[in-house]
Amino acid sequence: MAGSSTVNQIVDHLFRHESGRMVSVLSRLLGFQNLEAAQDIVQDTLLQAMNTWGYNGIPENPSAWLYRVAKNKAIDLLRRQKKFKEISPQYSYLLQSEYTLSSTVNNFFLDDEIQDSQLRMIFACSHPSIPEESQIALTLKTLCGLSIHEIAKAFLTNDETIGKRIYRAKEKIISEKIELSVPQGKELPQRLDVVLKCLYLLFNEGYNSSHPDKLIREDLCEEAIRLTYLLTLHPDTNVSRANALLSLMCFQASRLQARVDDKGNIVLLKYQDRSKWYKPLIERGTVYLEFASELGEASSYHIEAAIASLHAVAPTFEQTDWRSIYHLYESLYEMQPAPIVALNKAIASAYAVSKENALEQLLKIKGLEDYYLYHTSIGEIYFEMKDKKKAKKFYETALRLTSSHQEQELLMKKISSCDAV
Amino acid sequence: MLIFQGGMSSENSSPEFMQAQMGKWMAWIEKLSKAGKYVSGEPLLPGGKLIKGKSKTVTDGPYTEGKEVVGGFFIVNAENYDEAVKLCDDYPGYEYGGTIQVRQVMKMDM
Repeated sequence: MAGSSTVNQIVDHLFRHESGRMVSVLSRLLGFQNLEAAQDIVQDTLLQAMNTWGYNGIPENPSAWLYRVAKNKAIDLLRRQKKFKEISPQYSYLLQSEYTLSSTVNNFFLDDEIQDSQLRMIFACSHPSIPEESQIALTLKTLCGLSIHEIAKAFLTNDETIGKRIYRAKEKIISEKIELSVPQGKELPQRLDVVLKCLYLLFNEGYNSSHPDKLIREDLCEEAIRLTYLLTLHPDTNVSRANALLSLMCFQASRLQARVDDKGNIVLLKYQDRSKWYKPLIERGTVYLEFASELGEASSYHIEAAIASLHAVAPTFEQTDWRSIYHLYESLYEMQPAPIVALNKAIASAYAVSKENALEQLLKIKGLEDYYLYHTSIGEIYFEMKDKKKAKKFYETALRLTSSHQEQELLMKKISSCDAV
Repeated sequence: MLIFQGGMSSENSSPEFMQAQMGKWMAWIEKLSKAGKYVSGEPLLPGGKLIKGKSKTVTDGPYTEGKEVVGGFFIVNAENYDEAVKLCDDYPGYEYGGTIQVRQVMKMDM
């Protein structure tokens, strides 16, 4: 009876997450080249759920219900098509006979197998032959169940652009005969690095973007954390780097609530209400960082996580352990001599060493001329050194370079405070 | 009896959207149930057959266009049409072009 079920019974993002799981499982069953057929089955399944649950109430175990329906649809498709070799070369002999068809399909939907399928899907979506931007879009589409429109909205672009990125990825899947598998042996570490980078970028997209919709940004961060967490559940991929990345994500995500004020304006670290930082995530971050350090490795994720942890434990901005942070940035810069790392290192030096030292480092950086934060940072140092004229000049350059409303507002405030005597 | 026509296209809608849509639908049923207005309801699968004429010609139907397809029905308790129409206030399909036909079930007194 419909009245006996409440809407609250249904878990947040149930459809989204189950769609990611089912697409992974079905693609493994039907072959990755038939990704679209798998997506169609999932869409049909969710539609059927939407129609029948709406009238008859939510079943006791919604996930099991969805899997049963998806399973039956897959079996129907296999029976109808009879082209097992094309659909699923690996399992074709098991799927040809009615004796083994159902039980083979059933096996794919066992808990362990679902997790395994998702892991395979993560690797497949981050296949090195798929362009980076397409990797992220494909990951969001297949594993996170986001529609093309939702992805476009998250990346502040149009449906067409995202559609093209996914199309390119699908072309590669077919032309490169990409398979759903977890790479083994020597290949694993390299492939895992690409996966971690894709998840790192996905997280950053959510964390750094100045998207007006806070929910969208949080969704991206949440999905990145969910998938990275999945990596730590499997012995082959539960490596030190994965734990370090997960730790970094937890620390950063703990500040999501404090980073934006009620009006959607960005609040800088210095001015954030630290009581709003989400403690459970900081605790998780600390635990993963401990795992990561035990496993004895030092990747850039380790250093970034360590920096984030120092910020997370600091009671105030002033009481932050800037010296350690500065040293960590120095190590990070040795590992990745990128201008963006140099920028962060210089900012840390303003607090750890001196403003003069920071300014000297900043002015030496090449390659960030078009990056608003670079100019903002120089402006900031001049401002603190009481050279308001120079500060204003750099703020104005920064203002021209950012398209984000929130950033513009912040800069305009800074510029007017330069004028005030 | 509330008969639902059209309202939601499943094409291209994301899992998240579908879940949200279902949530609205269930909230509506819950509200009707709590008020003691909801009696029963069934969803209908798309497709079907239309049988016509003396020759009993069978064609695919009953409707061809998505917006004409009856997606399901509710039986509700209402004093009169005004009240029945009021019960439809929270129908989530309006936004997507859905319509509701409100009909009174005839009671045969014997």
